[in-house]
Amino acid sequence: MDQQAIFLTFRLATLTTLILLAISIPLGYWLAYGRARWKPLVEAAVALPLVLPPTVLGFYLLVLMSPRNAAGRAVSVIFGHPLAFSFAGLVVGSVIFSLPFAVQPLTSGFRSIDREIMEAAELLSPGRGRIMVRVLLPLVRPFLLTAAVLAFTHTVGEFGVVLMIGGNIPGVTRTLSISIYDQVQDFAYAQANHTALLLLSLSFLALLLIYGRRGRAGV
Amino acid sequence: MSDYLQVDVKHALGDLSLRVSCSLSAPWTVLFGPSGAGKTSLLRVLGGLIRPDRGRVVLHGRTLVETASGTWVRPAQRAIGFVTQRPTLFPNMNVTANVSFGLFGLDQRSSGERVGQMLELFQAGQLARRMPADLSGGEKQRVALARALAPEPRLLLLDEPFTGMDADLKVSILEQLTAWLAARNVPALYVSHDVAEAFQTAADVMVIDQGEIQAHGPAHVVLATRREQLLRQLGEGTG
Repeated sequence: MDQQAIFLTFRLATLTTLILLAISIPLGYWLAYGRARWKPLVEAAVALPLVLPPTVLGFYLLVLMSPRNAAGRAVSVIFGHPLAFSFAGLVVGSVIFSLPFAVQPLTSGFRSIDREIMEAAELLSPGRGRIMVRVLLPLVRPFLLTAAVLAFTHTVGEFGVVLMIGGNIPGVTRTLSISIYDQVQDFAYAQANHTALLLLSLSFLALLLIYGRRGRAGV
Repeated sequence: MSDYLQVDVKHALGDLSLRVSCSLSAPWTVLFGPSGAGKTSLLRVLGGLIRPDRGRVVLHGRTLVETASGTWVRPAQRAIGFVTQRPTLFPNMNVTANVSFGLFGLDQRSSGERVGQMLELFQAGQLARRMPADLSGGEKQRVALARALAPEPRLLLLDEPFTGMDADLKVSILEQLTAWLAARNVPALYVSHDVAEAFQTAADVMVIDQGEIQAHGPAHVVLATRREQLLRQLGEGTG
């Protein structure tokens, strides 16, 4: 099995999941309770990766990351190198591609909280951060777990976006799903089988974790 | 310091319009009125749970809401305690954590003492370590009252919080609450359908209809002069 690809994939998935949780908690809260007229626009943009072919998203991200345009040049200055065909580029692409898998469970979680509990917290605590940490996050914990597991496993299994943005550079952008593709191309079916089995087991265990906890929590 | 209350607001959602201007004499002012008269809306506007589209709310000489100038005081900064008919404790915290949630700037010892006093006041000291899921409806309501009073609010809003509570316990809690409010000169606005409670608490009565005050004064005066009308309205409200 491609040890380098395993390490790279798990590093990518861990980093992506952490970034996604940091983004999705405030975004999910806003989508649940925000009243802006343009909220449907944000909802549609967040959900876009669910329906868009990964190659389309990957293509546009690749164009955006190109040093030939202003956005790409600005990002190159921040990271010190172009994002295309780099690990940092993969992280950016994965965060965008897996965004709905983290945001949507959390939005559902925040929406499921009794409105009167929210109001009681607002009457007693002036700090929104305190309300979030002490009341809301504990109440959406099962949804937080679902968001984390879905974001992680979806990133692990990503193919189209990774290939478009990162190509296939060993140790830099070659993830497990790209590795399986390579092994099949080389007729190394036994190796491909081992790698595929690893991904299959991981995905199944992740879902088992979600449904097991949901069953116990009655969610 | 004036206990003057002025609410003059409009809100598109629910076609809400309130014009209430009065003095609050501690401890009790019982709000009567037919269903949809604006009683609960008045409490929610005062508590900051409804943000009106237009208008002004002034309490104790302090402007809480003034849409023209963009003034908006957040609910927790209004020093108002609010207890509704349905007790909504934080399900992830035990009773002690629930009651201490609104306490700021107190050290742990003072906070613990305050929580203990509040729980004793509402005969709930033995519930301190219990989780909300393990409490009966009446116990939850007593904890909700303790939680609302713990930060020592300057106004208490009660929206039928004793519904479904054992009658003897209700009498006992009303007595304790009256003593607590009187000792601190804190007024309470209390939505109720129970005329007897107005007499029991020696309250002022405020009759509201269509968002405006129809009558306001001592219970025996208002209830005597408007007895027939009130009974009819309360029948509609509870029906």
